[in-house]
Amino acid sequence: MASGAELIRQVKDRIKEVDPREVRDRLDGSGDGAGSNGASANGAAAGDPAPVIVDVREQHEFEEGHIPGAVHVPRGHLESRIEGASRDRSAPIVLYCASGNRSALAADTLERQLGYENVESMTGGITLWKDRGFDVDVPRALTADQRSRYSRHLLLPEIGLEGQIKLLESKVLLLGAGGLGSPVALYLAAAGVGTLGIVDDDVVDVSNLQRQVIHTGAHVGDPKVDSAEEAIHDLNPGVDVVKYNTRLDASNILEIIEGYDVIVDGVDNFPTRYLLNDATVRLQIPVVSASILGFDGQLAVFKPYDGPCYRCLYPTPPPAELAPSCGANGVLGVLPGTMGLLQATEVIKLIVEAGDPLVGRLVLYDALAASFTELKVRRDPECPICSREPDSISDEEMGVFPDYEAFCAAAG
Amino acid sequence: MSIVKIPPVLRPSTGGEREVSAEGGNVGDVLRSLAEQHPDTQRQLFGEDGTLNRYVNVYLNDEDVRVLDGLDTPVSGRDTLVILPAMAGG
Repeated sequence: MASGAELIRQVKDRIKEVDPREVRDRLDGSGDGAGSNGASANGAAAGDPAPVIVDVREQHEFEEGHIPGAVHVPRGHLESRIEGASRDRSAPIVLYCASGNRSALAADTLERQLGYENVESMTGGITLWKDRGFDVDVPRALTADQRSRYSRHLLLPEIGLEGQIKLLESKVLLLGAGGLGSPVALYLAAAGVGTLGIVDDDVVDVSNLQRQVIHTGAHVGDPKVDSAEEAIHDLNPGVDVVKYNTRLDASNILEIIEGYDVIVDGVDNFPTRYLLNDATVRLQIPVVSASILGFDGQLAVFKPYDGPCYRCLYPTPPPAELAPSCGANGVLGVLPGTMGLLQATEVIKLIVEAGDPLVGRLVLYDALAASFTELKVRRDPECPICSREPDSISDEEMGVFPDYEAFCAAAG
Repeated sequence: MSIVKIPPVLRPSTGGEREVSAEGGNVGDVLRSLAEQHPDTQRQLFGEDGTLNRYVNVYLNDEDVRVLDGLDTPVSGRDTLVILPAMAGG
């Protein structure tokens, strides 16, 4: 009797195999949603119908990621279920598994025992497909680890499986890994936000540790983005961290923020807050904004065109003497924790679309008084930015206001 | 008497007071009464022409006075005024 390895070799000799690149080209060439009769308008496979792609692996393997559009027919159910994928014995079928062995055996079965005439097995399986950098669909299901990790979210009707998947697929950008950014990053990572971008060009200083809880003494002197990444991955290795060890300015802001679902503003200066506002209105990205000073905090959600923007609330920044962000100031170490977690809560509500977001409202927190005050914020019909169409906001206008940086610098 | 809530950046001008009681029939009168009690707030709240500085937001209870009648908005003794400058600490 032949060994298993010999059998697979013999089978591979008599079936047809196809490289992942050619499979990809045939799928691309057939165009979106062309279906089984889709003819290609260009590419190598012009005129050929798009192949039916069949994944013959086990359920858990399929759930971890598969070729977009693939039909799942586990090899153990091949004979009984293949007709669900293709009844037409002459239609082209490409089978794949993890590395190309199981799919070779399945192709042999389809040809010799079921009479399929146009069957190929993809060499190298999905492993090679991924190595080539081709797209993989991760279906809307959680792994066993995720079901366990997020079980307390799954029990909430406002989040549940659907909401958790939205979180896992979401991209949130944190401006600053400082006082506000630290707790936001930790809790959003814990909550399962799929991608966390972090913009910060600073290094960890020992004076940060009184409130910037994502950093530790061991990281003093390290870039904050590196320190934050390590803490996030310790807490939840499933989070994709994108680091921007730079300062946000007019030259890089659009490139950095584009593609994020929500932005968390914890920056420590007015010029960047106005710049951020103008860029996010232009790209229509909601901003969860907080600021802190001493024992006081402010919190609001600026959702472009649904509610007011930052300039509707604050048309003009204060002069330097009333804008202590220009210099160093005291802050209760707990305060950015309180405000940051209110921000994280608003971020999650926006992503899972639960509850009433803090749009058109400003919350003031006075830690000494232990009081919250809510104020109404209305859209300004004459707002220089959000009263206009987003596309009309030019690069030159973004972040502009009278000579603030010079004023701030002069005031020291 | 109305209550005026003083933001952190103005507290050095009010001797550290976080709330100040002030008289007045409208928003402008109440703020001018505040400035009489604490002269350092005058320049921070008002421009030289007597109008409210643009970077100072004033709320009557929870409503921005800009969408009411500005400094002419009537105020009763039970009302609270909130002075709110932008803050940018993070």
